[in-house]
Amino acid sequence: MNNFPLFPDQASTFAPQIDLLYGVLVALSLLFAGVIPFVILFLIVKYHRSMKADRSNPVHSNLKLELTWSIIPLILALGVFTWGALLYIDMRRAPDDTLEVYVIGKRWMWHTQHPNGKRENNELHVPIGQPVKLIMTSQDVIHSFYIPAFRIKQDVLPGRYTTMWFEATRAGEYHLFCAEYCGTEHSRMGGRVVVMSMADYQTWLTTPGEVILPDGVDAVADGGVVAGPAVGDPMALAGQQLFTNLGCVGCHRDDGAGQGPSLVGLFGAQGQLADGSTVLADENYVRESILNPNAKIAAGYQPIMPSYQGQLSEDQILQLVAYIKSLGDTSGN
Amino acid sequence: MSTTTGTIPRNYTTESSTSPLEWLKSWLLTIDHKRIAILYLLAINFFFLLGGAAATAVRIELITPSGDLMTSDGYNKMFTLHGVIMVFFFLIPAIPAVLGNFLVPLMIGAKDLAFPRLNLLSWYVYMGGGLFTLCAVVLGGVDTGWTFYTPYSSTYANSQVLLTAVGVFIMGFSSILTGLNFIVTIHKMRAPGLTWFRLPLFIWANYATSLIQVLATPVISITIVLLGLERIFGVGVFDPRLGGDPVLFQHLFWFYSHPAVYIMILPAMGVISELITTFSRKRVFGYEFIAFSSIAIAVLGFLVWGHHMFVSSQSVYAGLIFSFLSSVVAIPSAIKVFNWTATLYKGSISYRTPMLYALGFIGLFVIGGLTGLFLAAVAVDIHVTDTYFVVAHFHYVMVGGTIMAYLGGLHFWWPKITGRMYSEIWGGISAAVVFIGFNMTFFPQFVLGYLGMPRRYHVYPEEFQILHVLSTAGACDPGDRFYRAADLPAALAALRAHRWR
Ligand code: HEC
Ligand code: HEM
Ligand SMILES: [Cu+2]
Ligand SMILES: [Cu+2]
Repeated sequence: MNNFPLFPDQASTFAPQIDLLYGVLVALSLLFAGVIPFVILFLIVKYHRSMKADRSNPVHSNLKLELTWSIIPLILALGVFTWGALLYIDMRRAPDDTLEVYVIGKRWMWHTQHPNGKRENNELHVPIGQPVKLIMTSQDVIHSFYIPAFRIKQDVLPGRYTTMWFEATRAGEYHLFCAEYCGTEHSRMGGRVVVMSMADYQTWLTTPGEVILPDGVDAVADGGVVAGPAVGDPMALAGQQLFTNLGCVGCHRDDGAGQGPSLVGLFGAQGQLADGSTVLADENYVRESILNPNAKIAAGYQPIMPSYQGQLSEDQILQLVAYIKSLGDTSGN
Repeated sequence: MSTTTGTIPRNYTTESSTSPLEWLKSWLLTIDHKRIAILYLLAINFFFLLGGAAATAVRIELITPSGDLMTSDGYNKMFTLHGVIMVFFFLIPAIPAVLGNFLVPLMIGAKDLAFPRLNLLSWYVYMGGGLFTLCAVVLGGVDTGWTFYTPYSSTYANSQVLLTAVGVFIMGFSSILTGLNFIVTIHKMRAPGLTWFRLPLFIWANYATSLIQVLATPVISITIVLLGLERIFGVGVFDPRLGGDPVLFQHLFWFYSHPAVYIMILPAMGVISELITTFSRKRVFGYEFIAFSSIAIAVLGFLVWGHHMFVSSQSVYAGLIFSFLSSVVAIPSAIKVFNWTATLYKGSISYRTPMLYALGFIGLFVIGGLTGLFLAAVAVDIHVTDTYFVVAHFHYVMVGGTIMAYLGGLHFWWPKITGRMYSEIWGGISAAVVFIGFNMTFFPQFVLGYLGMPRRYHVYPEEFQILHVLSTAGACDPGDRFYRAADLPAALAALRAHRWR
């Protein structure tokens, strides 16, 4: 860390790919930025007014030449664009089997929460070789979740979810920054990302820490209470608890006999809307349905669902989302 | 001193006046485009110095990883002051309002601009905008960054956002008025026989710029009004808690501000075309290509704003389209560079100060433009956006580009503007020192950015310190001070040319 680095650590599957593209761009730039000054130097010396040089028949335009130096850079630029675009599509399309971690940004810290409920502040522990998807939102202004060693960054917005995914490849500790200016302590809004082997991660997950229990109350659990990431998802359990306490169950019964639609199998499916269109039921749709139910009305139902705007914390909304998501999974598989 | 001024022949600066008050009036109420250009020169250089002072403070603070000189709020206000002043009160008006005002009528053979009174009004409007912004600074400053992103600026910031925004709003009208004036003048007042394809390239460049000014500036005006409505009355436009959309602001802001970067660079390109041809004693190579590339840049420039928002939650399709268009927009700029180079071929070249600035411009602009391509490649941008890489990129194009051209142009037309010759020795030294100091300041920032150093950071991890120190060393070398200071005495010399009677 004390030496004089030129490249950041490579710690995700994206890092080497992006560094390669960057390296090619640097090489192309050196070519242009090296050749042009050289040509200019040559010309300004050769044709300095004190020099005897052949100045007969000066050329003032040459269509062929000009087309050449328009088209070659165009081809190169489009090549770089295509390469960057393909990589970008990969970076935006998360694989199916991701480990989902929730992130809440607020001035000036990051909360992260693992599927089993374990919470962290300004830290993120992730396993090697496992695609991880972050589902992020902000409680106030726009922030940006940035891990340079992974070469990824995504703005975190208030009022909606943004996502990003990565697969870590090397154990170690890396910087976590907020990259979108957010006020006074913006430069201190960060911490570290700890990459560990899957086994270590499992142990870490189940050691005491701040966890959230099914009754929706934060508590410090005893060691070993919480199981691995896949089993017994307390985020979803906490969501289920809320679903009952807030009275959602009254209208949303699993058998579909209530005033509202059954939410079983909703998540990840195309929902039919009253105006005839369809919408992908993702995190943002569920969030909107809870906070602003009249924005999109499910087909065949009356717009009678009350808005929960202002009554739920970002944490609680995430728990409800996790619960509704778990309902989606049961029918999906 | 007064004896030497006596040798200056009568010109527009030496109008007779009987008392100092009369003299002041003869300047402040003038409708002569040449005098208005001088008024702009003084005002714009004042803002340039102010913005430069803020930049120095920022760089000095960054010598150490911890915050030592300023509080975090102080630092945030300092870089905001720097950005707002430099972008809105220096870079946008600099070349059109000073050199354009002076030269457009002269180059097309008109007596003055089409609307001389409007021209004076636009100067007053500019000063009014500046006054508001200065008030904001005196009353505590503003800390949103020059980009004013919501909902931070509309709801959370506790600083003088409104005053500053009103300042920028007012300044926008000055921009529109100047643009309008140029468009009408260039269309209607060309000397008989001066057809479009005989116009100097400087005129083409100012014409393209004016089009952007007139078409894009109203967008930022409306955006500022919406921001004000939300901040004062709580009308929900941008803050999701009020039912607004925070990303909408970014769309509106960049729909103006991307074209605005071309407001800054197109006139600079026009200046460079004039300098290169003059000092190689040749007609420019590929006149039509250069003229049309200005227009192409102006048009394409309206279609790429989304490249500032690749990580803002934009859809994948939008990201791909903006990435594609941004890669294409680099081509007209590249064409210009090749054409300037080809102009040198078989020329008769002299290394006068303006030519040195012009060559420096090409060097810096090539680096800036190439790194623009890095940023247009969306996968790379995800890593470097909002880091020092972007900071270095836009300083290479805006500072490297616009300031080199502005200073080169000022030297070149100095004799015409003031009736006096600049010092060739000092001029040459200033050009060299600016070029070297600039590279020392901003080149390390590319490396910093790729390493992951975020922008707008008051404190930063220790491993970045070496590069920050290098950068500050560049910013504080004597040359930098020199060029910021150099143009002030130059402007004063202009006033000295006046003869008291
Ligand atoms: C008064 C009855 C009622 C209550 C209470 C209620 N809902 Fe609803 N909900 C509805 C109705 C009716 C619809 C369908 C019409 C619409 O989309 O607004 C609906 C739609 C939804 C949808 C979208 C379903 C789809 O198929 O598109 C979700 C998600 C949802 N509710 C979640 C909740 C949650 C979570 C709660 C508790 C916090 C809740 N609802 C409380 C009546 C209710
Ligand atoms: C040659 C073609 C150019 C391309 C392809 C290009 C591309 C880009 C891209 C993609 C960004 C966004 C970076 C990010 O925020 O992640 C950017 C930022 C910027 N560019 Fe360029 N650019 C070019 C030329 C210019 C020129 C000529 C200027 C000005 C004279 C300029 C000024 C700026 C500014 C001011 C910003 C960032 C502002 C901010 O975020 O504060 N660019 N450029
Ligand atoms: Cu931040
Ligand atoms: Cu842009």
